[in-house]
Amino acid sequence: MAAIGRTLGELKGMTDTARPAHGAEGETRRDFLYLLAGGMGAVGTVAAVWPLVDSMNPAADVLALASTEVDLSPVEDGMSITVTWRGNPVFIRKRTGPEIEEAQAVNLADLPDPETDAARVQKPEWLIMLGVCTHLGCVPKGQKPGDPKGEFGGWFCPCHGSHYDTSGRIRKGPAPTNLEIPPYEFIEDTMIRIG
Amino acid sequence: MSGGFQTNNPVLKWIEYRLPVFSFVDHAVGSQYPTPKNLSYWWNFGSLAGLALVILMATGIVLAMQYTAHVDYAFDSVERIMRDVNYGWLIRYIHMNGGSFFFIVVYIHVLRGMYYGSYKAPRELLWMLGVVILLLMMATAFMGYVLPWGQMSFWGAKVITNLFSAIPLVGEDIVIWLWGGFSVDNPTLNRFYALHYLMPFVLVGAIVFHIWALHQFGSSNPLGIETKGPQDTIPFHPYYTVKDLYGMGVFLIFFAAAVFFMPNAMGEAINYVEANPLVTPAHIVPEWYFLPYYAILRSVTFDIWFLSAKLIGVILMFGSILILFILPWLDRSPVRSSKFRPIHKQLFWVFVADCILLGWVGANPAEPPYLYIGQAGTVYYFAHFLIILPLLSVMERPRPLPNSISESVLKGGGTAMGATAKPMEKA
Amino acid sequence: MKRVIASVLGAVVIGLGAQGAAAAEGGPELPEYTWSFDGVFGQFDLPAAQRGLQVYREVCAGCHSLRFVAFRDLAALGYNEDQIKAFAAEATVVDGPDDEGEMFERDGRPADRFPSPFPNEKAAAAANNGSAPPDLSLMAKARPHGPNYLRALLTGYADPPEDVEVMEGQSYNPYFPGMRIAMAPPLFEEGVEYQDGTEATVDQMAADVTQFLMWAAEPKLQERKQMGLKVILFLLVLTGILYAVKRKVWADLH
Repeated sequence: MAAIGRTLGELKGMTDTARPAHGAEGETRRDFLYLLAGGMGAVGTVAAVWPLVDSMNPAADVLALASTEVDLSPVEDGMSITVTWRGNPVFIRKRTGPEIEEAQAVNLADLPDPETDAARVQKPEWLIMLGVCTHLGCVPKGQKPGDPKGEFGGWFCPCHGSHYDTSGRIRKGPAPTNLEIPPYEFIEDTMIRIG
Repeated sequence: MSGGFQTNNPVLKWIEYRLPVFSFVDHAVGSQYPTPKNLSYWWNFGSLAGLALVILMATGIVLAMQYTAHVDYAFDSVERIMRDVNYGWLIRYIHMNGGSFFFIVVYIHVLRGMYYGSYKAPRELLWMLGVVILLLMMATAFMGYVLPWGQMSFWGAKVITNLFSAIPLVGEDIVIWLWGGFSVDNPTLNRFYALHYLMPFVLVGAIVFHIWALHQFGSSNPLGIETKGPQDTIPFHPYYTVKDLYGMGVFLIFFAAAVFFMPNAMGEAINYVEANPLVTPAHIVPEWYFLPYYAILRSVTFDIWFLSAKLIGVILMFGSILILFILPWLDRSPVRSSKFRPIHKQLFWVFVADCILLGWVGANPAEPPYLYIGQAGTVYYFAHFLIILPLLSVMERPRPLPNSISESVLKGGGTAMGATAKPMEKA
Repeated sequence: MKRVIASVLGAVVIGLGAQGAAAAEGGPELPEYTWSFDGVFGQFDLPAAQRGLQVYREVCAGCHSLRFVAFRDLAALGYNEDQIKAFAAEATVVDGPDDEGEMFERDGRPADRFPSPFPNEKAAAAANNGSAPPDLSLMAKARPHGPNYLRALLTGYADPPEDVEVMEGQSYNPYFPGMRIAMAPPLFEEGVEYQDGTEATVDQMAADVTQFLMWAAEPKLQERKQMGLKVILFLLVLTGILYAVKRKVWADLH
């Protein structure tokens, strides 16, 4: 916009051929005016466009729905359920003893995205994470008993072959990070609120 | 004048050589477009209409991302925009009032053309394209008003679409076709939404032709005499670009005042009640910009020969706009500007007053005394075009015209030109 | 030029006048109350709006829904998160279907909207002598001169004059279109006990609930007016500069 102000000045200068140039002081004042007008016009335009852009961000009602309560009491050992939170699947698995041991025994140096199992769970038997592959957003397999669980006994994303372990950590494949842990809290022993 | 656009910037040169877009712009609204030097501020309203359309399209596109075109969700989705969407209230109020302001500036633009005889040869087609634009605007505005699915949206849609039932033989079938059912319902809302999104782009197309035709002979001017050489013109840029920008600033102040401080003043309160196909509001009134036509429509209460009152009303209502198409041939006066037409000048203002009167009648119930006032106003409206203008063409004695624009300016004539006339003393 | 401006202003005045006339048709003129949200600097009177919420909850909510307002929105009236949660928890919301496919009831949460007293409009009509109590979310905007109308209506109940016949189940109210209204007088002296100790006269309650309903109808009013002042100030300066630029550019033509 400031550029437009300058162009305005230049082009105006072109049309101004019939007259000798105004005094230097007049020129400066005029350029300042053009610059000021162009600058304010630019600021105004950006300020006017921002609401249009921001209107595409999540609205207040969408943000307000960002918590889901889940009753875990029907879930048994070795069973997984999938619930929806913010339109995405959340994997909830009640892990068996061997799964927990396996997850805790992993050498952190072997992990592409090193993270202890303890850092990923609040209670060892409950693994709660977003079921969205960190590669390109597919939903990994492994929730249902017959699903492929990948080479590490956790989850397997069929889109591009990412393998996750029993803690939902990436072990092999193109995904860059572990499956994300959503914010959640236990409001009772078997009741959580996600979000 | 040698070749127009000149630059030393290699990038611009590279582009210009392959796609002469810069010289195109320069000829369209730049230094290579000679414009009469005596245009008054009344000539600002064309660019203001363009600004209004841009504002409407920009806000409309983002509103469309939040709006749901379904009878069960339309009203709720608009309220969600007003309450939950970031700046949704602002965008919606801008769009809502933008429609009204579009009509305000376009009506002034049209009336300016009528006062200064801008429609006369050789600019008849330019004028007629303008009437096409006006019709497209009306259709777009009408369908847009249906979308919030309030009471007036619904009943306005029902009443206006029902007008087509007045067409003999096929009227009923046409109405059912328009509705996609047996009443205004979900199919109607959906198609109105689709068309409301489409029409502005058609409008832009019509505007391209309008401006193309404008460039053939250039703008008319307050004196109504053609430019006779370089001494009568100045380049569009920077003189009129900067003047248009200043006009836009003034326009935006008024527009912002409406959007921020009286956003609902030009709307109907009852449209904040969701559409109910079983309950008609006590007073059905269209948006203010349709009121004069609505008054004309309702002023016909009697059948003539085999024509029903309803049909005549519809014909007159559409006729009141379509008559503008033949305005260049109804007004045969060789003089364009009312500045030199003492009687036309007076009668122009009488005509404006008649339009305002019709608008007032349109806002009131269709009963005496409004009915009679509306009938008189309707008769005068058509008489202005069909009787007064043709007669004036013959009977009026115009005042002598100046030889040229620059000569007139030198003499200091032309109070009607307003503020811009004064600084122009250079030949 | 002046003449034209005068005509345009005239048209606007006539247009607005027509609306005003239609509003008061058949009844007395609406009183012109003073509201805190009037004018360029207008703001909501939060204590009044909070009292109005109390009136709505204790008096109106039995019949009238408020379906576009969510509990979370009450933050704008000055309530904190715990208070909002408490308001919400007092409401019962139908949710579902659960894993068995059944709808179930649960306590309200801040994200929920005010639940409606009737499951649908037909049920509302059936329970109210055939005329469904309208939703109040937008009422302050859905009538001409909304706030004045609401307050006048709520305080306007009177004994019918002799020439007006009022049927069973109706009340006389000169501000209601047709003057006969299916809603029995809703407000009585001391009908609610205000938590802030304000004396609950009928006019006080009417004014408070109107304040609340105006907020419910136009929750962004304050934001709008504050932004408007800034925008117009900015535009005045920008337009002034553009005018100066225009003068400079055109000065060449002297």
